Amino acid sequence: MEVRVVNVRKEFERFPALHDVSLDISSGELIALLGPSGSGKTTLLRLIAGLERPTKGAIFFGDEDASQKSIQERNVGFVFQHYALFRHMTVADNIGFGLKVRHGAARPSGQEIRRRALELLDLVQLSGLEKRYPAQLSGGQRQRVALARAMAIEPKVLLLDEPFGALDAQVRRELRRWLREIHDRTGHTTVFVTHDQEEALELADRVVVMSQGRIEQVGTADDIYDTPNSPFVYTFIGESSSLPVKVENGEVWIADRPIGLSAPHAPSGEAVLYFRPHDVDLLDGCSGCIAGTVAASRRVAGTRRVELEVGGERQRVEIELPVDHPAAQKSRVAFRPRRWKLFPAS
Amino acid sequence: MTTAPVKAGWRFKQPSVIPGFGLTLGFSLAYLTLIILIPLSGLVWRSAALGWTDFWAIAADRRTLNALKISFGTAFLAAVVNVVFGTLVAWVLVRYRFPGRRIADAMVDLPFALPTAVAGIALTTLYAPNGWIGHLLMPLGIKVAYTPLGIVVALVFIGLPFVVRTVQPIMEEIDKEVEEAAATLGANRFQIITRVLFPGLAPAIITGFSLAFARGVGEYGSVIFIAGNLPFKSEIAPLLIVIRLEEYNYEAATAIAAIMLALSFLMLLVVNLAQTWSRKRYG
Repeated sequence: MEVRVVNVRKEFERFPALHDVSLDISSGELIALLGPSGSGKTTLLRLIAGLERPTKGAIFFGDEDASQKSIQERNVGFVFQHYALFRHMTVADNIGFGLKVRHGAARPSGQEIRRRALELLDLVQLSGLEKRYPAQLSGGQRQRVALARAMAIEPKVLLLDEPFGALDAQVRRELRRWLREIHDRTGHTTVFVTHDQEEALELADRVVVMSQGRIEQVGTADDIYDTPNSPFVYTFIGESSSLPVKVENGEVWIADRPIGLSAPHAPSGEAVLYFRPHDVDLLDGCSGCIAGTVAASRRVAGTRRVELEVGGERQRVEIELPVDHPAAQKSRVAFRPRRWKLFPAS
Repeated sequence: MTTAPVKAGWRFKQPSVIPGFGLTLGFSLAYLTLIILIPLSGLVWRSAALGWTDFWAIAADRRTLNALKISFGTAFLAAVVNVVFGTLVAWVLVRYRFPGRRIADAMVDLPFALPTAVAGIALTTLYAPNGWIGHLLMPLGIKVAYTPLGIVVALVFIGLPFVVRTVQPIMEEIDKEVEEAAATLGANRFQIITRVLFPGLAPAIITGFSLAFARGVGEYGSVIFIAGNLPFKSEIAPLLIVIRLEEYNYEAATAIAAIMLALSFLMLLVVNLAQTWSRKRYG
């Protein structure tokens, strides 16, 4: 089922949580909503689920306007960060709950509900635990039960709110791979919220980067990482360094020296240069480069991070060097970013 | 285990690494003995002096049986009423924000604080045939004061805070997400309450019920004013004990007390077992 969010605005007691957000999700897609806390990603997810109503705008499931429907009618599967399992029900009863509360002809027989619960339990690799209570399961197991419960109602859309947020790193990685497998097998349109960029980039077909109630960028992991379209995305996703620069006649300058980067389409004036610390060419001599004195040098896993002071104003900038690179020993390092982007100075 | 086997068939389970288990257990037992066990065993000992036939004669006396029936019956009814409406009050206090909520919340505790005799007199004034509420009920043929119904009214008043105060904290802990999860799965409001919320509250409700019930069985002050105290009709067991005491018939008094003790203990035990069972299931 495709989902369209059209010009949705949401206010909580006059405080806007989402400003005019639009998003198209195609059928069968796995989408991540990524952003820092307070960016509105959970609000957007809850609006799609119907747990909140938009102040303005509409949400379509296929051609139907879902924003006029109640939560119960929307038929969405929702998975909460803290599982929200029913404590007093066994695992099988938890999974069967959505079918049991149906009315009349829509409600399968008790036997059918049980068969379906066991089948789903098998899908989430928890066979044999159907008689346990949630309190007797580990966090990872509980979240799998929660997912099975959400899938039991054959939802139009599967929505997951920080599904792995409460789990430890090892389990997270495991469940991440496993969720991808389940998605590929069942083909549900899935939207999940996360503040973990690694999770978003690894798992999702497309990533929606959000900040302060707005969508900053929508794209594949490659798009987002390689061509960020705003300073926020640049700094939020992966590592980034920035330097204030000046553009004159299509050339980028730092203080009174051109640094060998040409930006023919950029307007002249103040700007900020963004680049990835590892995506730089180290140079020997310096005619058209960025040069700085080494202020600090730290070993981080397989690389060495060097902090440089650049120019008369001693702007600090960070680059990454291979551990055994001779430049790390020097007091002065010259480099030029390989891939970079200019944004107007704020 | 490498330690030598202990001779006894069962051992104390060491509950935690915190030291002082022996000391605190010893203190608790001594305290309970002093405060509860010694007075109560005095009761049993005193009534045992009566001899089996005399004891049985007092126990099987119609007046005693009626008093016991009224005491336990009204206490049970009042506890049931309190469970229903006390849970409702707790729900309103926890779930809704309205002006005066804090005052309403504080008001729930009043029956705890008020001298029970004051409550009894106030209720009697209200429910007497010429009282504010009593004169409205009179044309409908409902008599409250000086009947067992009056006793129930007094016990409902006395027992309300027990239910509200045990259910309220558990209700506050209910995760909103659990309700939301049920709603996304298609459950309507009624199904959410009966299938999701209520089972989680059951242990607390059982506790509230048993506390209100126990309090009702032992209540004396408020009841004697509103009950009318007609033997065989609206005379409660605690009052009968006092009557026997005033007749210097200590044996009869202790015998009735011992019977009440046994019945109360039995009922609380059953309730506790029900509770353990539900804890095990829902904990």
